[in-house]
Amino acid sequence: MSVQKFVVGNFYDEAVLFPAVKKVRRAGYKIHDVFTPFPIHGLDHAMGLRDTSLHTAGFIYGITGTSTAVGFITWALTLDWPINFGGKPFFALPAWIPVTFELTVLFAAVGMVLTFCYLCQLAPFVKKDHFNPRSTDDTFVMAVECTDATNEAEAIKFLESVGAKDVTVMEKETGWWLGRYDHDTMRFQKSTNA
Amino acid sequence: MSTRDQFIVPKRYNTLAISLMAVGLLAIGALWFSYGAKGGHEGARFWASLLQNSVFFLLVVNASMFFICATTLAWGGWQMAFRRVPEAISAVVPVIGVISMGILFAIVFGGDHTIYHWTDTHHVAGDPVLNHKKGFLNKNFFAVVTVLTIGLWSLLGWKMRQLSRSLDENPITDLEGRKKYIWNNTVWAALFAVVFALTVLSSTPWLWLMSIDAHWYSTMYSWYTFASTFVSGMALIALFVIYLKNNNYLEYVNNEHLHDIGKFMFAFSVFWTYLWFSQYMLIWYANIPEETVYFKPRAQGIYSGIFWLMLVINFIAPLLILMTRGAKRNYGTVAFMAVLIIFGHWLDFYQMVFPAVSPDHVPMIVYDFGVALFFVGLILFVVGRALTKAPLLAKNHPFVKESLIHHT
Repeated sequence: MSVQKFVVGNFYDEAVLFPAVKKVRRAGYKIHDVFTPFPIHGLDHAMGLRDTSLHTAGFIYGITGTSTAVGFITWALTLDWPINFGGKPFFALPAWIPVTFELTVLFAAVGMVLTFCYLCQLAPFVKKDHFNPRSTDDTFVMAVECTDATNEAEAIKFLESVGAKDVTVMEKETGWWLGRYDHDTMRFQKSTNA
Repeated sequence: MSTRDQFIVPKRYNTLAISLMAVGLLAIGALWFSYGAKGGHEGARFWASLLQNSVFFLLVVNASMFFICATTLAWGGWQMAFRRVPEAISAVVPVIGVISMGILFAIVFGGDHTIYHWTDTHHVAGDPVLNHKKGFLNKNFFAVVTVLTIGLWSLLGWKMRQLSRSLDENPITDLEGRKKYIWNNTVWAALFAVVFALTVLSSTPWLWLMSIDAHWYSTMYSWYTFASTFVSGMALIALFVIYLKNNNYLEYVNNEHLHDIGKFMFAFSVFWTYLWFSQYMLIWYANIPEETVYFKPRAQGIYSGIFWLMLVINFIAPLLILMTRGAKRNYGTVAFMAVLIIFGHWLDFYQMVFPAVSPDHVPMIVYDFGVALFFVGLILFVVGRALTKAPLLAKNHPFVKESLIHHT
């Protein structure tokens, strides 16, 4: 895991945030993420995020469920232990459709939830931290990624010029954090040399 | 070329509609001389074709009004950008309604009892099953329900269109007036929904279609018919929206709206399959002769080709092709799927009507498609007329802004 630096700006108004996102992107900065208290329509589009592939994963989980159900029931009821149910054929597909459907939904749903958690780095005992806790309340927080070539002072000045308040430089370790708020130090901390 | 607000019927459009109707009339004439004029079981084949096509297309165009009323009741705004299109489609209901009524009454009150066996009173008297159903399956009840159904659909549909057009010239500017307008719309839409529930969703398909197999019954049949025609109705709306969009109309409709129409087509294809399967599976599982008699010729007999083909067209194709977001936002894909879905459900109606009328062989010939072309031409013609009567955007409706900024 490596430590990464971010220039973090706070916005208090959606109307300021949207043009700011566009200007920051046009200036060539890479926006790590924008943290908002509520979902904002069109922000993903403004940030240039690509569409999620979660539904493709869901489709794959779904057909996995379908084939698991059909495959297992077929094996069990025609090869391993054929039983005569009221004179029905051993391969009684219509009777299996409800179970197949349920397994398709179950696989797709559980698979998508787990995939979503993995992509968001959410898991039991994994703690998430905020650049600014007020992003859960009333502030829109934009984090801009820094590279070695980034002039932080310039980036701060630029963010302030597009309407950000309290712009700071913060550091965080990339990857999963299995700590606890009350015992461990926060990963997102003010950069010492900022 | 700028986007236009008022539809003008192009000459080619009219020529196409009229030639389709002419071809259809020729086909109907040919069908009459080769079958209808002979009467008896040969004649039944003629009437069955008219019955299948007229009832199918009547229910499909009426689905447009149900779409309007359902979205009105839900206080939906996203459809406002193209709402005039389903309104225009629903204007076909009285036209096809009169034709259907004529055909149904000719079948019921005509001398032959070859399609509706229950119209033969001597036969009913000696048939305990039909005798038991006499209170429902009799000519008078059939006539009353048919007239009420088609009359109320036409009347309430007219009222909904009237309400929508009343704003074009006299915009409502005050909030109270707008609230009252929305409430008024809601009440009329609710009335239509109730009538719709009592007709397509319960009694009418039992009388018009299910009573062809008079001994057999399925309580799910009407829902099934509704699902079949509603998904076709959404496909028809999609086709007209795409046509108008391609011809530089409907400025505010974009692929966000198309996406939602595509979702309706996708979702109701799955809903149709759910009902199809529920009806099939229970009968297959119980395996009682008086119930399986319906599926014997369809699933295993000579109609099995149509039966299973229709399942592929109506379920597997929409499920796989319309599943992705990109497909539902693509004008070409949605147009192709819309045509496929309408054809698939036309086949569905074919296998609902014909196995009882012609149990020995599948009588599908090119004339059957000709009869369908007549109704397609008629729909094109009347919808084209109806579209010209009002601006394509209901610009004074209180919810219109919601549709202009709509995105999914």
